[in-house]
Amino acid sequence: MNLTDIVKKIKDKFPQEILWLTCFREEYSITVKKEKIKEILVYLKKTPSLEFDYLVDVTATDYLGFREPRFDVVYHLMSIKYRHKIRVKAQVPEEGCCIDSITDLWAAANWFERECFDMFGIMFTGHPDLRRILMPEDWNGFPLRKDYPVKSALGDKEWETYRELKETSRGWKENEK
Amino acid sequence: MKNNNLAEKELIVNMGPQHPATHGVLRLVLEVEGEIIKKCTPYIGYLHRGVEKLSEDLTYVQSLPLTDRLDYLSSMVNNVGFALAVEKLVGINVPERAKFIRTIMSEMTRICSHLVWLATHALDIGAMTVFLYAMRDREYLLELFEMIAGARLTVSYSRIGGVRCDINDEFLDKLGKFINEFPDRVEEYETLIDRNRVWLKRTKGVGVISAEEAINYGLTGPVLRGSGVYYDVRKFFPYDAYDQVEFEVPLGKNGDIYDRYRCRMLEFRQSARIIKQCIEKIPSGSILAENAPRIRMPESPLKIDKQDINFEIYTEDKQIESFIEKFPEVYASVEAPRGELGFYIVCDNSSKPFRVRVRAPSFVHAAVLPKLCEGSLIADVIANIGSIDIILGECDR
Repeated sequence: MNLTDIVKKIKDKFPQEILWLTCFREEYSITVKKEKIKEILVYLKKTPSLEFDYLVDVTATDYLGFREPRFDVVYHLMSIKYRHKIRVKAQVPEEGCCIDSITDLWAAANWFERECFDMFGIMFTGHPDLRRILMPEDWNGFPLRKDYPVKSALGDKEWETYRELKETSRGWKENEK
Repeated sequence: MKNNNLAEKELIVNMGPQHPATHGVLRLVLEVEGEIIKKCTPYIGYLHRGVEKLSEDLTYVQSLPLTDRLDYLSSMVNNVGFALAVEKLVGINVPERAKFIRTIMSEMTRICSHLVWLATHALDIGAMTVFLYAMRDREYLLELFEMIAGARLTVSYSRIGGVRCDINDEFLDKLGKFINEFPDRVEEYETLIDRNRVWLKRTKGVGVISAEEAINYGLTGPVLRGSGVYYDVRKFFPYDAYDQVEFEVPLGKNGDIYDRYRCRMLEFRQSARIIKQCIEKIPSGSILAENAPRIRMPESPLKIDKQDINFEIYTEDKQIESFIEKFPEVYASVEAPRGELGFYIVCDNSSKPFRVRVRAPSFVHAAVLPKLCEGSLIADVIANIGSIDIILGECDR
């Protein structure tokens, strides 16, 4: 079964859920509504002719200012038996930022979803242990959101002490001469 | 007389973050009852440097050196992985010679990385001698890296569209000499530990994970293959010159520490075999693709041809079409020494990536630690950490 047929099959099964399909560099991705994401993934995993039994990755993307709903939760699936891959993306809005957890389908999803929560603040309902994973527990904000700054809020002020130190040291050096 | 009070009491042991056997800064909170572990909770993130966030603020070429710092024992493979993803995105065809050079470098890195694993893993379990021998061989390979790339660990050797500089005959001669001797060296290591009773007792039947569970936990690389699951990115989705060389993928059976060790020992020989074939087959020609983005290009945007994106839309929203055309995305993966290293890149047709996601094998493997450790002895935690071979730089990113 090639990927075009697979995508067609999924589309026939969930006509209401699928928003659009894309194919870029021979990679198929399906964008779906978030409500039935678990049903779709169960279908992909359990159907004998598809058998996407391997969860490669779960992550998210923030399209702030480009699209509503704001987030995409991105699942990469693979079938070890048939050697095909597919990408499923579920749209998550900023208001009510939650999606069903898939930890009971794949144990691998546990830490992936924790990271997603840590970095984007997306809640995974039904997750057994949703804590921050990479950032400290008392951290404010979600680093990978687009409105989170790369540089600290202090900006160049942070380096003021250093600059002063450099100036004084220049003074010392001139005195030495 | 009652003297078993201690055994009844649950005790919490904090292992790490500074612990020599955790291979970095991993913290495990162990709830123990006597010698048996009841619960194991890993805490990671001590080495989080925000590589994914940083990449969004740098151009594609500038992001490449960041990948060196992920898994610092196999920086060459990380570079190749990132370069492959960007090449896929832009649609660059890498010249044949560059493909072979990358394959040679990737396999050298695999040998290097597995040597460090063997050295430290054996040291952790109590076999000191192997450490020095393994380091001797690694040193030879690192000198070869230095000869070509000018650096030993953070090489930044791959470029988007090829490699940075060409290899010469001196390099190939030296490498060929090493590769001819290397299988014998591996046998030496095996005689040192394979019949060692302590080694066998500590590895056989310890840290078992079945094939189904390994797939469920998303394991990759030697840890997955130790459980007998045939999955190797080099065979499934060939990249570089892997479809032009012959090699086998060693599989284990029981999924214990010993099988994972056997898998890696057999991979040594397969890597040597791949390098040998590459040296014979390497063609001449250019090492960088014509349309590769040059190092001085940073500010020019990376344009993707809209014709390449096919889509079907089932919603009423008219703006979606331009949205899809604005954000093409790719996922490319390589078989790093530790498992599948994937890069998911979303492009917004500007000079900087919109989103870079690193699917790090160590992150996935660290998640399986509770499963391996719970119910076993405290001493086996060390053996388990060693056998899944995690690098915290990659785990925390």
